[in-house]
Amino acid sequence: MTKLLDIQNLTLRFKGKRTVHAINDVSLSMEQGETLALLGESGSGKSVTLKALLGLLPPKRTEIEGKIEVNGTDVLSLSGRKLQKYRGGEVSMVFQEPALALDPVYTVGRQIAESVMRHKGVSKAEAMSTALDMLDRVRIPSANRRLHNYPHELSGGMRQRVMIALALACRPRLLLADEPTTALDATVQIQILLLLRELQKEFGMGVIFVTHDIGVAVEISERVAVMYAGQIVEEGTTSEIIKSAQHPYTQGLLAANLHDVERGARLNAIPGAPPSLEAKPESCSFAPRCPHATAECRAALPPVFTPAPRRRVACVMAAPALAAE
Amino acid sequence: MSATDLFPALKPKTAAPESRDKGGPAQPLVIVRDLQKHFPVRGGILGRTQAMVQAVDGVSFEVKKGETLGIVGESGCGKSTTARLLIGLIEKDKGEIIFDGQGLGDALSLKELRKDVQMVFQDSYASLNPRLTIEDSVAFGAKVQGLDDPNGRARSLMARVGLDPDRFAHRYPHELSGGQRQRVNIARALAMSPRLVVLDEAVSALDKSVEAQVLNLLSDLRREFGLTYIFISHDLNVVRYISDRILVMYLGEVVEVAPVDSIWREQAHPYTRSLFSAMPSMDPDNRTQEPPLAGDPPNPIDPPKGCRFHTRCRFASEVCKTRVPKLQGLPGNAEHLAACHLHDATSGHPKAGQGVPQ
Ligand SMILES: Nc1ncnc2c1ncn2[C@@H]1O[C@H](COP(=O)(O)OP(=O)(O)OP(=O)(O)O)[C@@H](O)[C@H]1O
Ligand SMILES: Nc1ncnc2c1ncn2[C@@H]1O[C@H](COP(=O)(O)OP(=O)(O)OP(=O)(O)O)[C@@H](O)[C@H]1O
Ligand code: SF4
Ligand code: SF4
Ligand SMILES: [Mg+2]
Ligand SMILES: [Mg+2]
Repeated sequence: MTKLLDIQNLTLRFKGKRTVHAINDVSLSMEQGETLALLGESGSGKSVTLKALLGLLPPKRTEIEGKIEVNGTDVLSLSGRKLQKYRGGEVSMVFQEPALALDPVYTVGRQIAESVMRHKGVSKAEAMSTALDMLDRVRIPSANRRLHNYPHELSGGMRQRVMIALALACRPRLLLADEPTTALDATVQIQILLLLRELQKEFGMGVIFVTHDIGVAVEISERVAVMYAGQIVEEGTTSEIIKSAQHPYTQGLLAANLHDVERGARLNAIPGAPPSLEAKPESCSFAPRCPHATAECRAALPPVFTPAPRRRVACVMAAPALAAE
Repeated sequence: MSATDLFPALKPKTAAPESRDKGGPAQPLVIVRDLQKHFPVRGGILGRTQAMVQAVDGVSFEVKKGETLGIVGESGCGKSTTARLLIGLIEKDKGEIIFDGQGLGDALSLKELRKDVQMVFQDSYASLNPRLTIEDSVAFGAKVQGLDDPNGRARSLMARVGLDPDRFAHRYPHELSGGQRQRVNIARALAMSPRLVVLDEAVSALDKSVEAQVLNLLSDLRREFGLTYIFISHDLNVVRYISDRILVMYLGEVVEVAPVDSIWREQAHPYTRSLFSAMPSMDPDNRTQEPPLAGDPPNPIDPPKGCRFHTRCRFASEVCKTRVPKLQGLPGNAEHLAACHLHDATSGHPKAGQGVPQ
């Protein structure tokens, strides 16, 4: 079967007053119907990766190299009508910022219905009833009335659910979800996660789920990829990552979790700041903050170890530790 | 720049001829009484008001000086509306807001209130001016308030929220990631040297390590300057860590308020109990299978009579459908308030007086 997603050696730079090397040689693949959680430092390139997948970055200011295939389609070569059709049809996205996805001048029902009409070619009445069904499914109370609300009349969490409904309305093969549940309370969050799990089974939909909440990653995903400074530093099944993270950054991220921390105690932030990304990384980007860094780490990019199929760690330490197992 | 330079108005009292503390240490910084806000819902071809959304309906609470009050609750229950009322961004229908002993709109003007209260908004993108650079955005408020060296303050606070000023000062909001933008908002609020900071989902866009860094900063500022926070978040672990007391809202009302340890030990209101048990599992072999709270949230235009939670509560009985439970201290734990008939031996609930059944 064709892979759902195949990214190879993706490199992406923003040009401007200063260059930002946002993505540096990322490769990643997903099978049909898989769910992958993308974890990582703020600014590490998670949203940019998703936007590249949707062909959403301004071509004038962005330089892209490498390959992105979704269901065999070469995304980087799409433009015009074809790109429109691909976006929101085959692949759709729940954005981190509701303000970017929802148009303030139209009611939410109309926005969902128009997207359905555009992609599925159905009548307006049919599209409206799909919109209503989707609002119901994402647990918007009194969906019938909410259909006629403008975005600003909804609470933050409701706006986020509207975006999820909008993204799911055309039954995409791949859903890109950028922190879709951070504005939701725990009871609604778990309902949405269970709903996504159900739809994923029902439609065989694949999901990339960006989140900062390890608990959410555990609930939703089979696999996890961890990003740092525009690179994937570790990948594996959710169990492998939670139970035996190998990369020092992943270990630091898990240790910074607030679960069971004593109140008032100082929290374990990883010291230091991420690199500036003004130059392409030539050595381990985490070295300035890593407690195990050696001269070797500062001399060259660390090798990528693959101790098991579809498991990888980009760190010099991973070699002996894993060989001993 | 040292920390005291950042908060000149909060320097030790000897240095400040006119201290901002008006009511003294025993006076709560904020008292809210019976706050109410109903939004009109328009509809039909003429766009006439058809009904009212009861967004905030009779909310009362206090925040002591130097205290952090966490607010949690179902999405749409009125948390952000409460916050926006509190900073005078929208007008209340009814109720009182008393800031350091002075009533808003009474002894205290909106302009005076805004000097002392800052808010970090839930939607980080919408709250930044797209045409201002990051440094100008952070410095703007400080400039308006006539504080010394606004740009120096801006750069120093950017550094403290983990945004290197040399790298970020000249960028525009769309050139930042979500978490970077949220930190700009936090820096901007702190740059105005407030006494009360209302943080609405302020750390939810941050990764765990940066979140830890920002929470450490908030604790430091609070310790050094006695800042007071109202902290709205859906992440119960964060709320537990940062707050002294937690307030739980459901459908426009307060259903429970208690010191953190007390509520963590025992959630006295059935809604709070469902909320706490909905926290994601941390064990990949043991994921959640059933949502702990089923049923749809009711319509805020026409909320259920009696206890507003009765349509979804496992313990609802006849009395819950007709009588509104009062928010009151638990027997033997007066600091822990809950609005549920189960805790009132005289309520007529058949299980009353035995706490919440398992
Ligand atoms: N249009 C742009 N121009 C210049 N730099 C940009 C642009 N968009 C993003 N960046 C930079 O690219 C990097 C990656 O950003 P991205 O939004 O992917 O981060 P992220 O991993 O999603 O972070 P967060 O968790 O904070 O949302 C960041 O350093 C950001 O500042
Ligand atoms: N400007 C407005 N016009 C009409 N209704 C509004 C307006 N602002 C808020 N509401 C309604 O008031 C209620 C409370 O909204 P609020 O934003 O306070 O919720 P919240 O508790 O902050 O939720 P969330 O956790 O999702 O952010 C919701 O039903 C919302 O739809
Ligand atoms: S390669 Fe070296 S510096 Fe990088 S994470 Fe591994 S041990 Fe640390
Ligand atoms: S008053 Fe009744 S319905 Fe309301 S929470 Fe208590 S038991 Fe449940
Ligand atoms: Mg992002
Ligand atoms: Mg809100």
